Amino acid sequence: MMGWLPENVSTFGERIDSLFYLIYYITTAVFLLVMVVMVAFLFLYRRREGRPALYSHGNNTLEVIWTVVPAIILVILTIMSGVVWQDIRGVIPETDVQVKVIGKQFNWRIIYPGPDNEFGTKDDLEKENDLHVPINKKILVLLGSDDVIHSFFLPHLRVKQDALPGREIAIWFEATKAGTYEIACAELCGFGHYNMRGHLFVDSAEDYQDWQRENWPAAAEVADMREAR
Amino acid sequence: MSRSAVVHHLAGEPHSRPGFMRTYLFSTDHKMIGKQFLWLGLLMMIPGGLAAMMMRWQLAWPGTRVPFTGGIPEPFMYDGHMGPEFYNSLFTMHGTIMIFFVAMPILVGAFGNFLIPLMIGARDMAFPVLNMLSFWVGLLSGLLMIAGFFVPGGHAAAGWTSYVPLSAAAHFTGVDWGQNLWCISLIFLGISSLMGSINYITTIINMRAVGMTLFRMPLVIWSLFITAILLLLALPVLTSALGMLLFDRMAGTSFFLPEGGGEPILWQHLFWFFGHPEVYVMILPGMGIASEILSTFSRKPIFGYKAMAFSMCSIAFLGFVVWGHHMFQSGMNPVLGMSFMVSTMVIAVPSAIKTFNWLGTLYRGSIHFTTPMLGALAFVSMFVVGGLSGIFMASLPVDIFIHDTYFIVAHIHYVLFGGSMFGIFAGIYFWFPKMFGRMMNETLGKIHMVVTFIAFNFTFFPMHILGVGGHMRRIYDPTVYEFLADLQPINVFITISAICLGVAQILFVINFFWSLAAGRRAERNPWRSNTLEWSAPTPPPHGNFETLPNVYRGPYEYSVPGAPEDYLPQDRRLDPKPAPTG
Ligand code: HEM
Ligand SMILES: [Cu+2]
Ligand SMILES: [Cu+2]
Repeated sequence: MMGWLPENVSTFGERIDSLFYLIYYITTAVFLLVMVVMVAFLFLYRRREGRPALYSHGNNTLEVIWTVVPAIILVILTIMSGVVWQDIRGVIPETDVQVKVIGKQFNWRIIYPGPDNEFGTKDDLEKENDLHVPINKKILVLLGSDDVIHSFFLPHLRVKQDALPGREIAIWFEATKAGTYEIACAELCGFGHYNMRGHLFVDSAEDYQDWQRENWPAAAEVADMREAR
Repeated sequence: MSRSAVVHHLAGEPHSRPGFMRTYLFSTDHKMIGKQFLWLGLLMMIPGGLAAMMMRWQLAWPGTRVPFTGGIPEPFMYDGHMGPEFYNSLFTMHGTIMIFFVAMPILVGAFGNFLIPLMIGARDMAFPVLNMLSFWVGLLSGLLMIAGFFVPGGHAAAGWTSYVPLSAAAHFTGVDWGQNLWCISLIFLGISSLMGSINYITTIINMRAVGMTLFRMPLVIWSLFITAILLLLALPVLTSALGMLLFDRMAGTSFFLPEGGGEPILWQHLFWFFGHPEVYVMILPGMGIASEILSTFSRKPIFGYKAMAFSMCSIAFLGFVVWGHHMFQSGMNPVLGMSFMVSTMVIAVPSAIKTFNWLGTLYRGSIHFTTPMLGALAFVSMFVVGGLSGIFMASLPVDIFIHDTYFIVAHIHYVLFGGSMFGIFAGIYFWFPKMFGRMMNETLGKIHMVVTFIAFNFTFFPMHILGVGGHMRRIYDPTVYEFLADLQPINVFITISAICLGVAQILFVINFFWSLAAGRRAERNPWRSNTLEWSAPTPPPHGNFETLPNVYRGPYEYSVPGAPEDYLPQDRRLDPKPAPTG
């Protein structure tokens, strides 16, 4: 079943996936155990003439065992999950590139800060649904929304975060493999929700520079813009 | 009126036989009200189920003509082709109807009303008129919900969770009165449930038969008692949230709209503060039903009665502090997410305890494979899957990936169909003789249970795979995405299984109506069970018991060594030895 996971191309994705696998193995084992015991009991203790049922109200030792053992397993899972969560969401590391992603029925507005690396200046670049990022760099994404709640979902990077109107939420990721990946919306946002699709282009360092050169205003132009202001 | 006069009246004097209206419509008899809720729930299964079938068709073969829908006019269907707006209404109404108008009315309304007085040895509920009102307000609420399909702009389309701001202003969805009616209907439903729960709690506290101590109550009564407390505490929160939403929509307030200073996340907190206890409202009665049936047909006392009761209490308590696990990716503070993960992992423990105690009940029993028993076994095994899949989502990092995917849809259905619905089927097969005085057909019932079990797993298990593949929920057309292309054959497989699952329910309908008209007449205690309802005549008359029973022991005294039979009803007096206590 876990073979269906989309290929992972982010740094922390591996840690998420290994937790996913771990829980999968544990739950599968518990499930099989319970089913085997149940089916065995159903077979062994099916009604037979002249064999009365055992008159028993339970067993306190067993109660303690099957309270404590699951509790221990769950505590371990909680701690392991907490550590990973803290690293992914609890703290945002120093990032190299920043970009704003704003959901708007039914598109992703992608806003690049431009050469001055500041938002809200004239050299900002806005694109629809196309997010270019360099490979092996930490990317800071500032999520927002112009209307309703959307959810920024990068299946291959194990990223998902709701985008809310009226507040900015910061998340980060680092892609480890160049290529084009889909961006999806994971939170119902209206009739066009199913089609709120974008693309994430993970570019090699050179490709990213080429893309910047073609699309971002050159530093000279920026200087002009400054003067014109 | 003195107490004895009440009893006399309730026992039913021959001269005052109520007329048709008082017997079938405006009845204050808990059994009739229970049946009314049952009819309401069974009837609402039809629109809820049809909506599911239409959605499944669209998901397997997007954009093709949906069979048998040519009669649905524009702008819902375009000559049999579904638009995305209508798809959104369909899943919204599917969820809303199944949760509020199928699972709740049957589990709480029908079983609660029918069973509580009979099983605690009372003649009726504490507040019979309030009880009647509870049904009629519930019915009104159902009618308002159905009316939403016929207003301009179509029915609510923001999901059963109706997240704001999507649901808070008409221009986001194009839905106007549909969403208003959705709010109003659920406000009425809240009032109906509130009346019911006050009634249940009072009845269980005050009207137990002599000797029916709390720890001699059947577990299904425990479960309904706890459910009523959950409803009493959680529903008013939903009702207030709905009121605020309605004000935002109609009176220009902005509780939830950020441009007016409102807070979208507030809705999610309020909704899930209600919503998580609500999911336990839908599973606890099923757990109670399964416990009754497993013990009866294993001919064995329930394993760990007190552990069962206490684990339900702890589920109820913890159920109020885990709501944030629905909001891990909502923008809530990550540290808060951590604490909700801890409480959610903790709440899995009592679920595990219950499962192991059910297995303990089967151990060295003398297992009779009747139809209700098949239903209860299906309940236990499917609940295990649903509980285990909950652990994936409780793990914060894993939930990043599976939140809002079909993994969640799989989980919901393992607990709500695999759990609640199998509980409902098991309960109907078990108590039908007492309710209607006739037996249901066992062969047909067994075929129905087996086919449903198989088709259910074929339908819902593969949804885990879709979720692992990243397939988002609530999308109208999965073929838009390249990364989902490989999963499309699974969608087709699911749809075919779902159609089989839907069609299999015809077996139940046939069995139900055929047995109602021509089933074998039921004796007083056809399953040789211990609890008090089986001591009452079949079907129980107005006032339930010939003489009010005295209770001498716990509810699960099966196969007691030295007893004349393999069961020992709660109200049977053993002379001269004092009765063993349970
Ligand atoms: C072992 C016990 C359980 C655990 C640990 C658990 C955990 C969870 C979690 C963490 C979620 C949120 C997932 C997400 O949206 O990302 C969830 C959703 C849900 N659960 Fe459970 N759950 C358990 C039992 C139940 C039961 C017994 C029911 C109902 C009978 C239930 C019904 C639901 C429903 C309806 C949703 C989805 C609501 C929605 O988003 O539309 N769960 N569960
Ligand atoms: Cu969306
Ligand atoms: Cu929950």
